[in-house]
Amino acid sequence: MAAEDAAHGQSGQPEAVKPWRNPKVRAIFFQILVLGGVGLLAYYLISNTMQNLAERQIQTGFDFLENEAGFFIGEAMVDYAASDSYGRAFLIGILNTIRVAFLGIVLSTIIGTIVGVARLSSNFLIAKLASIYVETVRNIPLLLQLFFWYAVITGLLPTSKSAVELLPSTFLSKSGLIFPVPIEHPVHMWMGLGFLVGIVGVYFYYRYAKKRQDATGQQLPLLLPTLGFLIGIPAIIWLLGGAPSAMDFPEWQKFRYDGGTSLTPEFIALLLGLTIYTAGFIAEIVRSGIVAVPHGQTEAASALGLRRSKVLRLVLLPQALRIIVPPTTSQYLNLTKNSSLAVAIGYPDLVSVGNTTLNQTGQAIECITIMMAVYLTISLLISAFMNWYNKHIALVER
Amino acid sequence: MSEEATQSVFRVKHDADRHEDMPPPRTEVGVIGWLRKNLFNSWFNSLMTLLAIWILYKFIPPIVDWFIISAQWADAPPEVCKEVSGACWPVIYEKYRLVIFGRYPYEEHWRPLIGVLILIGVVGFSTNRKFWRPWLGLVWLGGLAAFFAIMWGGFLGMKLVPNNLWGGLPLTLLLGLVGVTVAFPISILLALGRRSQNVPLIRALCVGSIELIRGVPLITLLFMASFMLPLFMPTGVSIDEVLRAQVAIILFTAAYLAEVIRGGLQAIPKGQYEAADALGLNYWQAQRKIILPQALKISIPPIVNTFIGIFKDTSLVAIVSLTDLLFAARSAIADPEWRAFFVEIYIFIAVIYFCFTFFMSRYSQYLERVLDTGHGARR
Repeated sequence: MAAEDAAHGQSGQPEAVKPWRNPKVRAIFFQILVLGGVGLLAYYLISNTMQNLAERQIQTGFDFLENEAGFFIGEAMVDYAASDSYGRAFLIGILNTIRVAFLGIVLSTIIGTIVGVARLSSNFLIAKLASIYVETVRNIPLLLQLFFWYAVITGLLPTSKSAVELLPSTFLSKSGLIFPVPIEHPVHMWMGLGFLVGIVGVYFYYRYAKKRQDATGQQLPLLLPTLGFLIGIPAIIWLLGGAPSAMDFPEWQKFRYDGGTSLTPEFIALLLGLTIYTAGFIAEIVRSGIVAVPHGQTEAASALGLRRSKVLRLVLLPQALRIIVPPTTSQYLNLTKNSSLAVAIGYPDLVSVGNTTLNQTGQAIECITIMMAVYLTISLLISAFMNWYNKHIALVER
Repeated sequence: MSEEATQSVFRVKHDADRHEDMPPPRTEVGVIGWLRKNLFNSWFNSLMTLLAIWILYKFIPPIVDWFIISAQWADAPPEVCKEVSGACWPVIYEKYRLVIFGRYPYEEHWRPLIGVLILIGVVGFSTNRKFWRPWLGLVWLGGLAAFFAIMWGGFLGMKLVPNNLWGGLPLTLLLGLVGVTVAFPISILLALGRRSQNVPLIRALCVGSIELIRGVPLITLLFMASFMLPLFMPTGVSIDEVLRAQVAIILFTAAYLAEVIRGGLQAIPKGQYEAADALGLNYWQAQRKIILPQALKISIPPIVNTFIGIFKDTSLVAIVSLTDLLFAARSAIADPEWRAFFVEIYIFIAVIYFCFTFFMSRYSQYLERVLDTGHGARR
């Protein structure tokens, strides 16, 4: 009782809160404490590092990027020679990472969607085959799968002399996949431009079709005009340009194939491993997304008289996508980050180039910083794009 | 209305006839019914069934042949295996000790075996929901201590085995379990920090470290640990390689677990926080007694899924040359005599990994089922 009286003071008014009981003051105090601790730790680590670097006589800074790299890179999307700088070597690595990640994302989305839908099939055999695929690839480490594919390609495939001809003039062997490409021609560039024009045309056509449907209720056909825009325009340009159809076919010359374009075994193994692994995860996401849409939605749409294809396109997919997109984004990010395992099988990606540079120059801090910065940037870009897309398809609530 | 009417008409008629129920048509029950319902219910499905049967026909016989029929089962030298068209299982008899225990001294292999059994025992013990009490943490610490004691040795007449000789399955399990045990409390703090309201600087610190670690591949963290950690230490202090990789795995696990636990925290309705405030609990009391028990319970299945991911990701330490299960397997096939039989060795460790991860994923699905009370906030 006495304590209570004291707390309320003589006048019965509550006394002012003591500063150390004030949540705001406490918050500031704890923040200073934590930040001070982190700052001290950082200072300790940095001073240790400086001392160690001085002792080993390593120059810090990014000047080494201009020095001659002196190592060869097996595959490069832009010109590169061993006499180029470390900076350019890093660029090659980044481009290689982006190349394998982009293709991996596209392929694993396609395969993952097919397998995810197959798992829900009413067909017993198809559903079981899809489940076995998913359970197997998801439960075995990716690195092991990569080693396995790489060993299979380089160890079990025939030598390039007795390569397997998959398609006419497309050869698969220990040294990779060789296939014909069209010989470069100025018309190709115009065809590319025509394709871009086609995309713009499709966009405006869709807007027009939607406006017209809103106004009159009439529906315009979508599939044929889309194909017309995307394939027709480049095809017309191709015909107008004299239909250049010369192909660069790979030919067997004494010891190796000449001509055509090739994919290295490292690239194939990495792409195969990443795609098969990630497709297993995407399949699970697609499956659970579709399952999550209540069955009543399908029934209601059918009751409204929509055709099966429209039920899927207008009712099921929009709702399933909302559930599917966020986890798929993190799978895309995982695939991009997992492409760093390339270093284990010798595909010259960013980490692989960075590792070589690190071993040659001893600039550990700089090389690792570059690697991390690039991955962070790619991750942020992908998640920014997917967030934009997610917002685009999100439920607009009243 | 009309449907009811017709039904009642049928019933009346049926009753009047007093006819026994007819059995369903042959095509609806039994093997044929099942086939029609599950494999040939539409022309598209029939096509898919034929496709699946064709795939099975193409793949199953050669696989069975390679695995079992044409395989070399009896112990034999590699020269004999080269004559055989199927799998060469003697490579497993020859190399399994190397693959499972790495470079640990051969005569002492009973010690890592007991160590592995202890770790599996601890995990198995934790699967029982009755034991989900705070003292379970002590069981884990005890198990890990026993593991270290028996692996290091140096007492009771056991030879001292430094940890650069540890390898194979014990190392893989160690990296995974220590990673999870140490990362768990860190991740709770990170998640609470990220969710906290009135400490913007601490929140920024937590968000920054979580996003930084999640934004980069584990392999760069491992590189950082193996190249930069030695630079961070005072001159003359060296830090052993297993510990370096362990630090990277702990950081990585903590960031991923923190996001999972944050998901659980977000699912707790606001009323729970307000109720805790109304009871006069302070922040830590409220978290410990009200919020965390509920949030952690919701996040247990995704936590188990994170464990699976981490367990698979420990294989990346092979890239920084630690002798984990995968690296040990690769050193087994580095032997020129047995190099041709890499598929057998890879299948062997794939089966080991699969046993652990498949068990964990089934357990996580089981938990999802039993923990789903059908009410409460769900994500």
